Amino acid sequence: MNKIYMDNAATTRITQPVLEAMMPYLTGCYGNPSSVYETGREARKAIEKARQQTAEALGAQPGEIYFTGCGTESDNWALRGAAYARRDKGKHIITSAIEHHAVLHTAQQLEKEGFQVTYLPVDGEGLVDPAELEKAMRPDTTLVSVMMANNEIGTLQPIEELGRIAKAHGALMHTDAVQAIGSVAIDLAKLPVDLLSLSGHKFHAPKGVGALYIRKGASIGRFMLGGAQERGQRAGTENLASIVGLGAAIQLAAENLPRHNAYLTQLRDAMIHGIMERIPYVGLNGHPQLRLPGNVNVSVRYLEGESMLLNLDLRGIAASSGSACTSGSLDPSHVLLAIGLPHEIAHGSLRFSLSEDNTLEEVEQVVDELEKIVRRLRSMSPLYHGE
Amino acid sequence: MYTQQVMDHFMNPRNVGELDNPSGTGTVGNAKCGDIMQIQIKVEQGVITDVKFKTFGCGAAIATSSRATEMVKGKTIDEALQITNKMVTDSLGGLPPVKLHCSVLAEEALHAAIADYKQKLEAGEISG
Repeated sequence: MNKIYMDNAATTRITQPVLEAMMPYLTGCYGNPSSVYETGREARKAIEKARQQTAEALGAQPGEIYFTGCGTESDNWALRGAAYARRDKGKHIITSAIEHHAVLHTAQQLEKEGFQVTYLPVDGEGLVDPAELEKAMRPDTTLVSVMMANNEIGTLQPIEELGRIAKAHGALMHTDAVQAIGSVAIDLAKLPVDLLSLSGHKFHAPKGVGALYIRKGASIGRFMLGGAQERGQRAGTENLASIVGLGAAIQLAAENLPRHNAYLTQLRDAMIHGIMERIPYVGLNGHPQLRLPGNVNVSVRYLEGESMLLNLDLRGIAASSGSACTSGSLDPSHVLLAIGLPHEIAHGSLRFSLSEDNTLEEVEQVVDELEKIVRRLRSMSPLYHGE
Repeated sequence: MYTQQVMDHFMNPRNVGELDNPSGTGTVGNAKCGDIMQIQIKVEQGVITDVKFKTFGCGAAIATSSRATEMVKGKTIDEALQITNKMVTDSLGGLPPVKLHCSVLAEEALHAAIADYKQKLEAGEISG
């Protein structure tokens, strides 16, 4: 049985050129980048090259890129750093209802620490309305944080417009771009964004490495305390080989972006079309056009997500769901509830997230298998009474 | 995550469907929580001679309802009432802790079906 991996929003495969870029720094040039001798200096050079590659891919300056341990750390740093660095100006933060938990749980913690947070609603397709942000802005608002692309439903937010509003009111603009890298063209020279989080393993670099872009002048203070790494802002010995991998991967992602998007959009639309055409009582979640090119998220009525995932897994197909049973809580995904899905429909959601490794044949095969699985499980569902 | 026995019942569920003239029907859970279980029993002379289930829910919910129907078939009503969710999950080699509430539904659905049967019996709608 061939394996079909369609969970690239969860994590991606390290590609060959990325692995090859990393290898010398795992066994040969393994020095500590802070050391003065040659292998340390070589390691330092490799990190600065990765910083350059990351900056170029984003239209930023190398001095604005800080490597971190993951996207979650970047989000924690951005929110906590900005909130505390600017607390004399105000203690109000605005974010959206559909952020990743790395942002939401940090915002909730800040509320416990005396900050006030406004959670902007989204419409039925997952979009934040800039007029809602305008209304929510207050004189004491110091930070706006809205994700560039949603990890579950793939909806792309109007970051440029939201950033302009935030900045017009003197607030910092943060965006969690973890899902967007490689799929959304980002030019920070023009985009009104002060802070941007990214995570290596979402674009074919290894797990355990991320970065935070901090616009020059937008001081948010240090996060990890200790040594003088990352210009004194993020202590901890650099994850050398992974940072090298992130640099190589983001460069490739930026170079391949047009081809990547054209290819994945074709697969995505074929898959959405196939599912809608062949399986009754299915709804697409997220925006039909303003969505990540590799994101397919559907709700299959009368079924629960985990039972479909298990069946797909038995056929070698990896996907994910927003059902309670897969979230580890009793409630289904907060994103699906925020776009207005009733609980019972949210429980039946499935997400397929594609990469360039996937093919049209695989898409067809998955639609075929899904059709059979849905028919079988519906015959067992007490909620379903025939087509 | 799931034992082989759970996966076996999930992939090859026993006694799926509905009975034509059930002596009792029990439906528990709600769609909001992501689990609904329906168990129907046919009772003849105090013995459960046939049983069917339908479940909307996760793998654990489907597997425990399948296993529960298997365990009650051929049992007297009193024997069936002795079956607990723990007996069902133990016979499946256990469930992950977060899934234990699914097995409670199987016991509840069975008890609801038996209660429905007893009520019909008392009302004279059916004979035991």
